[in-house]
Amino acid sequence: MNRMLAIADKELRQVSRDRMTLAMMVVLPVMQLLLFGYAINNDVRHMPTLVLDDDRSAASRDFVRSMEVTGYYDVVGHARSYGEVERAFRAGSAKVAVVFARGFAEDLLSGRGATLQVIVDGSDPQTVASATNTASGLAAERGASLSLRPVVPPMRVEPTIWYNPELRTSIFVVPGIIGVILTMTMVMFTSMAIARERERGTLEALIVSPVRSVELMVGKLLPYVAVGYVQITLILIAGHLVFDVPFRGSLPLLYAMSFVFIAANLALGLVFSTLAKTQQQAMQMSFFFLLPNILLSGFAFPWEGMPRPAQWLSEVLPLTHYLRIVRGITLKGSELTDVVRELGWMSVILVFFVTLASLRFQKKLG
Amino acid sequence: MSAPQTDGPRASAAPRQDVQALARDAQAPTADTDLVIDARHLSRSFGSLQAVRDVSLDVRRGEIYGVLGANGAGKSTTLRMLCGLLDPSSGSATVVGYDVAKHPEEVKARIGYMTQRFSLYEDLTVTENLRFYAGIYGVPRRTRRARVDGVIERIGLGDRRKQLAGTLSGGWKQRLALACSTIHEPPLLFLDEPTAGVDPLSRRSFWDQIHRIASEGTTVVVTTHYMDEAERCHRLSFIFRGAVLEAGTPQEVVARRHLRVVELDVPHGARGAADALRDDPRVEEVAPFGSRLRVAVRDRDPGEVARHVLDPLGVAYENCGEQRTTVEDAFVALVHEDERAHTRSQEPAP
Ligand SMILES: Nc1ncnc2c1ncn2[C@@H]1O[C@H](COP(=O)(O)OP(=O)(O)OP(=O)(O)O)[C@@H](O)[C@H]1O
Ligand SMILES: [Mg+2]
Repeated sequence: MNRMLAIADKELRQVSRDRMTLAMMVVLPVMQLLLFGYAINNDVRHMPTLVLDDDRSAASRDFVRSMEVTGYYDVVGHARSYGEVERAFRAGSAKVAVVFARGFAEDLLSGRGATLQVIVDGSDPQTVASATNTASGLAAERGASLSLRPVVPPMRVEPTIWYNPELRTSIFVVPGIIGVILTMTMVMFTSMAIARERERGTLEALIVSPVRSVELMVGKLLPYVAVGYVQITLILIAGHLVFDVPFRGSLPLLYAMSFVFIAANLALGLVFSTLAKTQQQAMQMSFFFLLPNILLSGFAFPWEGMPRPAQWLSEVLPLTHYLRIVRGITLKGSELTDVVRELGWMSVILVFFVTLASLRFQKKLG
Repeated sequence: MSAPQTDGPRASAAPRQDVQALARDAQAPTADTDLVIDARHLSRSFGSLQAVRDVSLDVRRGEIYGVLGANGAGKSTTLRMLCGLLDPSSGSATVVGYDVAKHPEEVKARIGYMTQRFSLYEDLTVTENLRFYAGIYGVPRRTRRARVDGVIERIGLGDRRKQLAGTLSGGWKQRLALACSTIHEPPLLFLDEPTAGVDPLSRRSFWDQIHRIASEGTTVVVTTHYMDEAERCHRLSFIFRGAVLEAGTPQEVVARRHLRVVELDVPHGARGAADALRDDPRVEEVAPFGSRLRVAVRDRDPGEVARHVLDPLGVAYENCGEQRTTVEDAFVALVHEDERAHTRSQEPAP
C-alpha cells in the first residue's frame, strides 16, 4: 500500500511538471468540444421504432407495415402508453415512436383528414430529420391511396421531438466528447507513461524493486483516474457555458459509471504499454485505437445508420456503451435501471482488458 | 573526501611484486562457505545471439567483486539474471540465500541495483527521487524523511535538494543514483558500469565510496570496462564474448599471465619502433603513450627483448625501467591468447 502510494505520488509530481501533457489534458477537451460542436448530418436508417396504436385498425397496421418497408424504421415493439415510450427512449432501446390516436382510420376514411404523431428522440438530431421527413413523405403517399374521398391532405404527420426540441447538434455531441476525450487521454497517457519509463531505463529499477505488479499497475494508474474526472467535469462545465447543454440526470450516477469506463481504458493503455518499446509507438497505438472509436461508436456517425457488421464490431469498444450511458444520463435523465445493460457490457470489456493487462504485465525484462 | 590509496596503473612505477599491496583498500574476506552469490553455468540467448554462455561466479560476503568486459561482453545481462530481472536460458543462481529463478521477489527485497543508465527521474528533484526509491523499497514512512535527509547530507547534495535530477552533472547524477540504490541499506549491491562517462576525479571518489560501503558490510558486485578499476576489486571475473575467460584476485590474474613490462622513451620514430616490436613473436603487447612505449613480454627480460629488436634498426630510445604489471596488461594478453586459440581452431586441418 505504502509502495503503491509512493508510485502514485511520483507519477502525479511528474505529470504536474510536464507542461505539455498538462496543457493537452486541459486544452484537448475544450478544443475538441468547439471543433465537433457542429457534427456531420447523415441519413439514418434502421431507427428502432415503437408503435403506440390506440386505433388498432387495418389502416394503422397498414401504415406501420409501409413504414417498415422504407428501411428507415425497425419496429422493435409496441407500447401501451407514453410512459413506456419514455422508458424505452431513456434506455436507448427506441429512438422513434409512431402514435395512432383512437379514430385514426375513421378520420382517414371519412375524409376529415387523419393525424398521426411521430415522436423522435431529439438528443440525436441526426435521427430527427430522417424520422420526420420519411414519415411525412410516406403519409402523403399512403394517405392518398387509403382515403376514400381525396381531401388535401388526407393524412398529416405531427412530429414531436423530445429532449432536444431545438435540434441542436451540440447537445448531442458534447456528452460524446467526454467519452472520446477519455478514451484518447486514458489510453495514451498510461501507455506512454510506462513506455517512458522503459525508454529512459527507469522501468528496470522499478521491476528490480520489491514492488508487486499490482502495486505498480494501480499506483501508476491512480493519478490518471483523477485526471479523467477532471476532464469530465471540465467538459460538462464548458459544454454548459458554451453550448448550453443541459444536465438532466444524476451527476453521481454519471461519475460512478465513468469509473468503469476509465478503468477499462486504463487497462487497455497498460496492454499497449507492454507492447510498445518507445513512447512514440505507444502514441501510435493509441491513435490507431482511437480511430475506430470515433467512427464506429456512434460519436461521429449515428450508430443506427451503420451497417450490421460495423455495429457488431462497435460493441466491443467500451466507448460505444459509454456514449449511450453518458448521453442517456445527461440528456434524458436516464437512471441506473435504464443503463444497467450497457454497464454490464462495459464491465465485461473491463474484466477482459484487466485480465489481458495482468497476463502481459510481467515484472521481467526481455 | 580523502585521496584514493591506490594510484592508477600508469602513475605507479612500482615493480610488479608490489601488486599484492593494491588490495590494501580493505581486506578481502576469505571464508569460502559464506557465499552471497553462487551462480552456476548461467547462459542467456536473445534469439540466435548467445549473450552469456556458461558463466559461474561465487561472491563472498563483504567483498567487492568486479565483472570486467568490453562493450557487449554480457556484463549487464549477467547482472540482470542475478537480480531476477531476466530468466537465464540455462543454469541457476543462488543470491543472498535464495534461488533467483524460484524466489525472485525475496532476492529483490535484499539487493540494491544501480542500472547502467542510472535510473533517475530527471523531472523529479534530488529529494523526490530519494523519497520515491525509499517508498518503493518499503522504508517506513516514519523513518523515510530522516533517512533521505541523512543520505543527502552524506553525499554532499545538501544545497541541491530542490534541483531537478536531470540538471545535475554526470558525477552528481552518479552519486545520487548510488544513494537511491542503497537507500534501503541492502546487504548486496549491484553496480552496472557506475563510472561510465564520469570524469576521473569523480571516478576516484566514487570508488572510495564503494570501499566505504563494503567496509560497512555490504557485498558489492560492480561491472566496468575500465581495467584500472579492476585493481580496486577484491576479486574479479573477466568476461569476453559472453564467457568467463579468467577469474581470481587481481594479483592472481596478473601472475597467471607471467608478464613483464618495460617502458621505453622513444623521442623520434615511436610509431615505427612500436610496429617493429609488435612484429616480434616474443612481444605480447605494445601500447604507445605519446613518445613512450609500454612493452609487455612473457617470461623474459623485456629490456633485453627491446634491445634485440630496436638496436639493429638504429632507433634511439631510453629504457625507463621495468614497470608493475597491471590487470590491463594481463587482460590484453588474455584476449590475444583467446584470439589465437580461436583462429587456430578455425583453420582447416592440414
Ligand atoms: N534484451 C535484449 N535483446 C536482444 N539482445 C540483447 C538484449 N540485451 C542484451 N542483448 C545483447 O547481448 C549482448 C550482451 O549485452 P550486455 O548488455 O549484457 O553487454 P554489456 O557487457 O553490459 O555491454 P555494455 O558495456 O555495452 O553495457 C549484446 O550483444 C547485446 O546487444
Ligand atoms: Mg551493460
